[in-house]
Amino acid sequence: MSKDAHTNVLLIGNPNAGKTTLFNALTGLHQKTGNYAGVTVDKYTGISSYNSKGINHKLSITDLPGTYSLFPKSLDEDVSFNYLMEHGQESVVVVVCDATNLKRNLLLATQVIDLKLKTVIALNFFDEVEKQNIKININALSEMLGLSLVAVNSRNGEGIENLKKAITEAQVSKASFYDINELNKKGFANYTNFLSQPKKESNNKLEVSDKTYRYSAINYLTAKHIISPVDLKLKQLSQNIDKIITHKIFGYVILLIILFLMFQSIFYIAQFPMQWIEDGFMYLKEFLKNNLPSNKISELLINGVISGISGVVIFIPQIALLFLFITILEDSGYMARASFILDKLMKRFGLNGKSVIPLISGTACAVPSIMATRTISNYKERIITIFILPLISCSARLPVYTLLISLMIKNTSKVFLFNLQGVMLMLMYALGFAMTLITAWILKKVIKNKENSFFIMELPTYRLPHVRNIFLTVINKVKIFVFDAGKIIVSISIILWILSNYGGREFNKVKEQRALFEKQQPLNDSVSNHFNNLELETSYIGTLGHVIEPVIKPLGFDWKIGIAIITSFAAREVFVGTMATIYESRDSENVMSIKEKLMLEQTQDGKPMYTFKLCLSLLLFYVFALQCMSTIATTKRETKSTFITIMQFVYMFALAYLSSFIAFNI
Amino acid sequence: MKTLAQLKQGEKAVINQITEQSLERKLIDLGCVPGEKVQLSKTAPLGCPLAITISGFELSLRKDEAAYIIVDSIA
Repeated sequence: MSKDAHTNVLLIGNPNAGKTTLFNALTGLHQKTGNYAGVTVDKYTGISSYNSKGINHKLSITDLPGTYSLFPKSLDEDVSFNYLMEHGQESVVVVVCDATNLKRNLLLATQVIDLKLKTVIALNFFDEVEKQNIKININALSEMLGLSLVAVNSRNGEGIENLKKAITEAQVSKASFYDINELNKKGFANYTNFLSQPKKESNNKLEVSDKTYRYSAINYLTAKHIISPVDLKLKQLSQNIDKIITHKIFGYVILLIILFLMFQSIFYIAQFPMQWIEDGFMYLKEFLKNNLPSNKISELLINGVISGISGVVIFIPQIALLFLFITILEDSGYMARASFILDKLMKRFGLNGKSVIPLISGTACAVPSIMATRTISNYKERIITIFILPLISCSARLPVYTLLISLMIKNTSKVFLFNLQGVMLMLMYALGFAMTLITAWILKKVIKNKENSFFIMELPTYRLPHVRNIFLTVINKVKIFVFDAGKIIVSISIILWILSNYGGREFNKVKEQRALFEKQQPLNDSVSNHFNNLELETSYIGTLGHVIEPVIKPLGFDWKIGIAIITSFAAREVFVGTMATIYESRDSENVMSIKEKLMLEQTQDGKPMYTFKLCLSLLLFYVFALQCMSTIATTKRETKSTFITIMQFVYMFALAYLSSFIAFNI
Repeated sequence: MKTLAQLKQGEKAVINQITEQSLERKLIDLGCVPGEKVQLSKTAPLGCPLAITISGFELSLRKDEAAYIIVDSIA
């Protein structure tokens, strides 16, 4: 007979200790994300299981943000610290250590030990320990620290079963590493008591002396039980790679090449699966249309729900590719080097080398990037980074760019060897980026702040990214996107379909007229089209579009585009879906792609509607305007300032309006 | 008195003292404490930031930050 047991597990560790890789190795695809109470940090949780002696252990694992010590110095570290203090008692804490770098990693470990929680230490990257000829006496250290030390290699899964076993058997260590007398003198009963005190200036000295005390204990331990060949020698390969990567010329050339390849492949490689997805959905719609009874419900299903879903699915190839690149760049250690070689330039624009990572991942999505600015400890640099981030073209703009660019430029056009559409896309990204820097520079002059700016960052050893780990990270990120954005997009598609299929008195009149005509004779194409357009114009959504038309008319936009712009606030990519729904809901006979429909669209005087000028105007609007509720909400939560949030929105809207106006009227 | 910012490429030294308090608190978390051996491993292309090697890993910091770290030369 088997029994069940349940254990909560917290993973805590230094940044770059391979915590997330270990989390992936433990939980595989059984992961969820949520939020920590009150903050917007993504909280990754997952399930793992372990069977032993007829007991079925279920392990609920939480991956805490990386932290160097239990004296938090950034918002990320705050989250880890608070969560540990709150939930540590009912959990087993796994301190993930980079075994090649134990001296520093043990600082956090000894602090956790002193909290008297059930603790296990995972010695990660153990394969490298062996390769570098470092000898660690695990048994002796285990005895001195009073808990299990488990050697693991999270990248290939070695030692994971041992770690699970150790988790199920975890005990509170009897060892202690703080200066009991010193803390008692200051009136603290124990270490937990000391850490949970509100942080005061006067505690700074205590913090320094606490850590100095710990380091001397750690030095004693490591001197006795770890034999490391040479202290100051780093992995030679890593140093050699750095000679090129941080070279004064090659460094920047390589960076540009990487970015260029990234964008070309996102545009070029992704278009094939995107075409298959589009064809697949068209086929599905055609099939359903021919096989379902023709009534309002099947229409809602086909033109509302399925159109909405296809608008999400078509995105997957680009998002997956983008996250693939970003994950590889981060996991390999390259991102830190990009920060290193760009810090001085960034500083000129009021930014920090650490702004580079949010800026690059901003090409995926502004929301997680705004959160990633938490590692920037200087307030001014962080606020500037947050303010400018939404100007970086995110992946949600890609489908809009793709559609509009394909309307503007023929696919076969080339400049030298490069696809002209791809070049145009790069230009849009470059434009967003240029404006990002200009804005940062202006803000640097405007905002006054005397706080010290720091750029203290570890340059991790280069590590070959592990395929399984990258695969899991990309899958999980895409999953989050599909479900989070998908929910919004599908519901908006349904609402849109309803709004465009029902209307007030005018709408009903058009309907009656159409029925009258139909009684006399079957409608030919042009009459049917005429009615379709009239119905859309008089529907609820048409009315709404007409209300805002005067505002956007100077930019060349009509009420249909107006509707798409309004719905884009849910997420920019909704633009494409909205256009599809608007044009489709009135035209159930023909299945045509949205691009073909827009190409046929005419203005009142019979000229093509989507001219180069209009497309450019619309394109510029989407480059600059902050049309994203999630970003606005995130800026508000992260800056805790309504003023900054409003300024960001107004500034970007003004930029968008102005540039579109110029593009359309010149 | 010599600071970390004055080291030449590849030069080794021992940390003596960190004279700026908020910097000291940050660096101590990373194992940058008095008595530790350091080596200036590289300088970014534009002359700043610097990278130092300390107890088996590499740390980057700006030149003006390094100027707060007083070091003793070793032969």
